[in-house]
Formats: sequence, structure tokens, C-alpha cells
Amino acid sequence: MALQSLDIWRRSATTTPSPSQREPIEVAKLIDVTKCIGCKACQSACQEWNDVREEVGVNIGSYQNPHDLTANSWTLMRFAEIEENGHLEWLIRKDGCMHCADPGCLKACPSPGAIIQYKNGIVDFAEENCIGCGYCIKGCPFNIPRLSKEDSKVYKCTLCSDRVAVGLEPACIKACPTQALVFGSKEDMKDHAAERIAELKERGFENAGLYDPQGVGGTHVMYVLHHADKPELYNELPRDPHINPMVAVWKGITKPLALMAMAGAVLGGFFHYIGIGPNEVEEDEEEEKA
Amino acid sequence: MSTHSDKYIQRYNAQERLNHWVTAITFILLILSGFALFHPALFWLTNLFGGGPWTRILHPYIGVVMFVSFSGLALRFWHHNILSKNDVQWLKQIPDVIQNHEDKLPEVDRYNAGQKLLFWTMIATIPTLFVTGIIIWQPWFTPFFPRNLDRFAVLMHALCAFVMSTGIIVHVYAAIWVKGTLRAMIRGTVERAWVKKHHPGWYKRIVEGNDH
Ligand code: HEM
Ligand code: SF4
Ligand code: SF4
Repeated sequence: MALQSLDIWRRSATTTPSPSQREPIEVAKLIDVTKCIGCKACQSACQEWNDVREEVGVNIGSYQNPHDLTANSWTLMRFAEIEENGHLEWLIRKDGCMHCADPGCLKACPSPGAIIQYKNGIVDFAEENCIGCGYCIKGCPFNIPRLSKEDSKVYKCTLCSDRVAVGLEPACIKACPTQALVFGSKEDMKDHAAERIAELKERGFENAGLYDPQGVGGTHVMYVLHHADKPELYNELPRDPHINPMVAVWKGITKPLALMAMAGAVLGGFFHYIGIGPNEVEEDEEEEKA
Repeated sequence: MSTHSDKYIQRYNAQERLNHWVTAITFILLILSGFALFHPALFWLTNLFGGGPWTRILHPYIGVVMFVSFSGLALRFWHHNILSKNDVQWLKQIPDVIQNHEDKLPEVDRYNAGQKLLFWTMIATIPTLFVTGIIIWQPWFTPFFPRNLDRFAVLMHALCAFVMSTGIIVHVYAAIWVKGTLRAMIRGTVERAWVKKHHPGWYKRIVEGNDH
């Protein structure tokens, strides 16, 4: 969902600079997992603001509902029951797009302008340009984009780019009753996280820390985790996410090289014809046979 | 099957030509629609198919038609494409081939070593394009495959498409370069002198009456 915008960092499948005259500050959402009570107010607020509704599902013995992200559920509370240090822990993580600084989805997308990264860090899908190929799904290291069965376009969290563009905070932030969700400049969010982590360490969570994975250049959605040394405890949050090497090779230097090789083959043929010439049956060879 | 005249030798019958051109036309449509998504510089090719979503929708269906049609060609022609000792020597003398010094080359039968290698390249890449194409076919099939297989499939699809398209560029150029060849696939016949010059081994067998 794109507004006329002068602060675009880059667009998918575009080889020239994007309109980027404005200099907004880099923003971030901080999700403090240690404060979350799993009430799902954010999940509801997301559906309400974005006018999407999830189908009524079935209970499979967990509070997690729906069971996975969908084209209508752009954020989801994931619940995990684990044993750590000899006692049961109930870990709740709000899952959704991480708004990577180096987004694999954008790298993979073949359609110009279907994925947009704003200078404030938000990665947004412009569904009207989406062709439904699903390449972004292959590109994403966090398994986020979902292809809609209704319109064959992909959907995911927009970080409420429409609200942020007019100076509001995302809908989920507004709804959170415990301030487990906060939003602001990325710098401020890091400072705030550092205070929280110091508190948690005092309370005995010595491995508390910030999740801002550098393998994807850092993210504009960050977590405060009590077990930052074991992110996979939180429903398989990747330890060190990177754009998959197969995607990097597929979308890297190989494609321009392949195009040049093919152009070279065509030119080679042309100059062979000009330089050496066609291979023809000579007149006398033709007569000889008679 | 063969209906040779004084002037012309029959090289392909009507069925074979039809099969070839169904394959060739669908192949070109696949190159145009596939390479539209290959690199931003070629995205404009989607205009030929009615825009991005239509290109995405049509490409795999055309692919299925091409695969079925190519399978027919492969079944018809594979036995003409077994490599021989002469072929190895022919390949060592590629500079002579390029410089039209055909008299210095070992005797060529129905197909030369270059044509045979292209055939086997197709045999390797087209089924791979088909299988990987199914895996990356949204929205029907991709959801059934693990994510890393999907990533591998799209990489292999792009690689095979590159190899195959480069091969086809050579194939098409060879038909322009060696005069009198195109008529083999259009009319089905070639001149006797053309056969003597480019496929003397095959010519001998024709004279002996065992040309297939
Ligand atoms: C044999 C059956 C084939 C099937 C089922 C198939 C299917 C697909 C599918 C599903 C895609 C994903 C994008 C889209 O939906 O358009 C794709 C992409 C592509 N196809 Fe095919 N295809 C086939 C054959 C071919 C052939 C023969 C070529 C050309 C030589 C080709 C070239 C491409 C290219 C270049 C891409 C873009 C890949 C990229 O962006 O990396 N395909 N194909
Ligand atoms: S599905 Fe849409 S957004 Fe995703 S890569 Fe394809 S065109 Fe881009
Ligand atoms: S989490 Fe996935 S969808 Fe979100 S910006 Fe990163 S790569 Fe794109």
C-alpha cells in the first residue's frame, strides 16, 4: 500500500534511484517479550486498523490462534511451553515482518516496485504491482509473506506505513496494555532496550539481550528476550538469519553475467556471419552431382 | 518413408516438422515470458503477454505443452544422436568448423557432433526445467514443497533456462549459417548437394538404401 512518497530507499526490480529527497529518521518497533501477557490486543488492533478478518478456527490445545500467519493475519502471538533452568516457562512472541535493513523479499522480487523499502526502514508491499510469483516467500529468512488464495497477491505487516507516514504510531503499539510494544526512532528504541536488559539482568536473567540480527543488516522490529543466547526457544526465532545463499546466488551477479553471455552469443553469431560468412554449397559442387 | 527425388532428399516428414514447430514456438514463448522475470532489464517483455500477472499465469501452462511436444521429438530422434568416434575428432577440430573448412573434417552422418551435443543438452535441461517449473508453480504446487527445495528449484530453473537459451541461440544461428538447412524443417527436403557436403556419411547410406 503505497502513498505518494519522496522517501523511498529502494524498490524491487528497479535499477535506477528511487525518489528519496526527504530524510526521515529511522524508526523501529521494540517488542519486549518479557512484558507480554499474551492478550492479543495487538493482533486484534492489526485486523481492525487494516480491515482484515481471520476465519474462526479450531483449538488444538494452545492459545495460538490462528495457528500460523495468513494473508489476513499479519501478526500472530506464538506460544511456547519450554523447560529452562529446571522450571516451566511460557514464552510468548509476537511474530510478523521484521522489516529487515537488507530484505530478502525485496531482493527476490522480479516485479518493479512491488516491494518498497522506505528510508525510515519500513518494508512495504505494493500489492497493485505484485504478480503473485511467490519469489518473496523464497527470499524471506523469517517465513513471513503469505500469498492470498483470493487474489494471488502477497500480504504481510506494513508496520502501519500509512499511520507512520502521518505521524501516528502503529495500531498494535496503541493497543498494548503493558507497553511490551513501543515505537520510536531506532536509536531511542535501542536505548530503551538497554535499560530493560539491565533491569532483567538484575532480576537474574543473565542472558537477557536485544535481538537486532546483523546478518540481515539489523531489523526495524526488535525483540528484548530473556534468553537472547537461545532465540530458537521462542518458536524457532532464527539464531543468525541471513538471506539464504541459494537466493543470494540466484539474485546476485549471476543474472547480469548470464544476460551478457547470451548477448555475446548473439553478437558472436552476427560477427561470424560478417567475418567468415555462411557455409554454402558452391555452384560447381552442385553441378558435379548431375 | 523416404521419398527422395533427383534433386531433393527427404529429411523430415510432415509429422516431424509439425512436432518441431510446436516445440519451437512454445519454446520461444517460454523464453520471452520466462526472461521477463529473469532480470529487471527484461521486465518489459511482460507487455507481450498482457502484463506481469498474466505472464506469471501463462508461462507454466506453455511449459507443459512444450515439455509434452519436446518428449515427442526426443522419442523420434534420440537414436540418430548417439556419439561416434568421428564426433570426438570433429569436436577437436572446432576451429575448422567455425572457419567453414568442412573438407578437413571427419565424415559426418545424419547429424554432426554439435547437433548431437545440443540434443543431449536439451535432454538434460528440459526435463529439469519441467520438474523445477512444477515446484515453483504458484499458487498450485509450491506450498507442497519444503522452502529450501523451492529455493533450489528456482535457482536450477534459471540456470537451465540460461543454458538452454544459449544453446538455442547457437541452434538458430547454425540454421542461418549453413545455407539450405532451413528448408529441411520448412519443406522437409534438402538438396542432394547439401547432403553430400554436410552429411556425406548419411548420403552414403541413402545411396545404399539404408538411411534410417
Ligand atoms: C518445461 C516446463 C516449464 C514450466 C512448468 C515452467 C514454469 C515456470 C514457473 C512456474 C516459473 C515461475 C515464474 C512464473 O510463474 O512465471 C518460471 C520461471 C522462469 N522460467 Fe519457466 N517453466 C518451464 C520451462 C521453461 C523454459 C523452457 C524456459 C526457457 C528456456 C523457462 C524460463 C524461465 C525463466 C527465465 C524464469 C524466470 C526465473 C527467474 O526469474 O529466475 N522456463 N517457470
Ligand atoms: S509475489 Fe508479488 S511481491 Fe512477492 S516477489 Fe512476486 S511480485 Fe514480488
Ligand atoms: S522479515 Fe521477510 S518479509 Fe519482512 S522485510 Fe525481512 S525479508 Fe521482507
